[in-house]
Amino acid sequence: MPLPPSGPRSTLASLAVIAAICIGATGALAYTAGWLSPDRLTPTKLVDALAPPSGPVPGYRRNHAKGICFTGSFAANGNGTALSRARVFETGAHPALGRFNLGTPDPGAPDTTVRVRGLGLQITADDGAVWRAAMINAPVFPVSTPEAFYELLRVPASKAPNAMAAFVAAHPEFSAFGAWAKSPDWTASYAQEPYNSLDAFLFTDAAGAEQAVRWSFRPEAPPERITPEAFGKRGPASLEQEITDRVATAPQRWTLVLTVADPGDPTADPSRAWPEGRRSVEAGTLVVQRIEPEADGPCRDINFDPTILPDGIRVSDDPFPAARSAAYARSYDLRTAEAKDYPKRTSEAAR
Amino acid sequence: MTPGGKRFTGGQRLLHWSMAACIIAMFFIGVGMVSTVMPTYVPLLATHKTLGVAIFVLALVRLGVRARSGAPPLPADLPAPMRLAAHLSHYGLYGLMFALPLLGWAMLSAGAYPVVLYGGLRLPAILPQNPALHTLLWNAHYYLAFAFFALVLAHVAAALFHALIRRDGVFEAMAPLGSRTGGPSSR
Repeated sequence: MPLPPSGPRSTLASLAVIAAICIGATGALAYTAGWLSPDRLTPTKLVDALAPPSGPVPGYRRNHAKGICFTGSFAANGNGTALSRARVFETGAHPALGRFNLGTPDPGAPDTTVRVRGLGLQITADDGAVWRAAMINAPVFPVSTPEAFYELLRVPASKAPNAMAAFVAAHPEFSAFGAWAKSPDWTASYAQEPYNSLDAFLFTDAAGAEQAVRWSFRPEAPPERITPEAFGKRGPASLEQEITDRVATAPQRWTLVLTVADPGDPTADPSRAWPEGRRSVEAGTLVVQRIEPEADGPCRDINFDPTILPDGIRVSDDPFPAARSAAYARSYDLRTAEAKDYPKRTSEAAR
Repeated sequence: MTPGGKRFTGGQRLLHWSMAACIIAMFFIGVGMVSTVMPTYVPLLATHKTLGVAIFVLALVRLGVRARSGAPPLPADLPAPMRLAAHLSHYGLYGLMFALPLLGWAMLSAGAYPVVLYGGLRLPAILPQNPALHTLLWNAHYYLAFAFFALVLAHVAAALFHALIRRDGVFEAMAPLGSRTGGPSSR
């Protein structure tokens, strides 16, 4: 026999239990979502902190906003298979697309105002596996942790006197990057820059052995040093014109060098270079064959998320790729929603 | 009890409760991953995609099982508005079980993201890359996920209402434990 329906007192108690469960579940979800933790470093906060004082430029990447697309290929020589089973290291030409860019949130920033130059890259292996990377020309990253990077981004907005000096004092690791940023060794070409992963990734070989690796794309074009003053005379957007003309004359090449950590090397801290003399493997050549303006180019709507990795490469204990992935996704979500603010040229012309 | 003390089959109950665990986990993984920059972001995202596909496949199985095995009838004395709410909410739950994984997959496709699950399994893109589609699907995935959470809460509240207040056997029909004849309400 079914039990009789509950009496009024126990009905009230039961309703209270049901309400408590619903409220508790909602609270747990709110807590997990960070709505009760205003101090949590979220992708939204990190991306908002990147914005220049005048606010973000809608439709563009929230950082490395100024850039130009390229297509080409990665010609693997097979040596990389000693470190990773990823198909992209097997001998052959694998299609590549990418983006040369400047480390600025302002797509209109003059070239001379930006020290950091970057390379976004996507290589697709014949099995369809995609490897994306976003690299810069600096030899080390400015800081050790995403939290410190967020602090660094907030320094310009700080009203405290000597905020930058205080930041550097609190983050001594910044000195290596700071020294590089101040050095007068500029070049006048994207083609003459090295592009470094900075972050360490774990490479897994065919036997399953894992090693921590950082990589660099080293330019075949010899760097011709130029002072910032002399570079400034070439105009505010000379880099894009220069690379367009240069690639139209001849494909440009970079050698991919994989550097393997020794035991004890700081894999979790991209602000610290590994000592010289580490085992390195030249895995192949990036060949840039064609330059295309970003507005209609194949790189425009690609998020060069450094955690998009083929089987055979995965993230290490370096905390940055995850933080970058989370922030890049936020930037991508924002700018795709603002696509009308950065119209394609062809569709403009067609209208 | 429901008429004749009829319950869902063991397979149906197993599907229901394992999917319940997966779906509830997905809400927390989803809101957690989009609000963190910690290293857990990477495995959370991979888990979210993998579990999403698992839920979609389980939902397909479940629909087939439901078509074959049916469901115990609701109590005859259940008021008409509650009966209507029960039916509509179940259409909603089934619809969202299918819709959310598909929206997530389509959203990633429209964003030109490779969809890679645990174990290296790669799913093909189901849409071409397109910023407007990406935004539309992102919004749909985000807001419908909260609607799904609210619907699951309503479902839990209704189940407890049947179990604790009406005591009409509806909860026992899907309860994970208890034998066909010896359910807690048939003492």
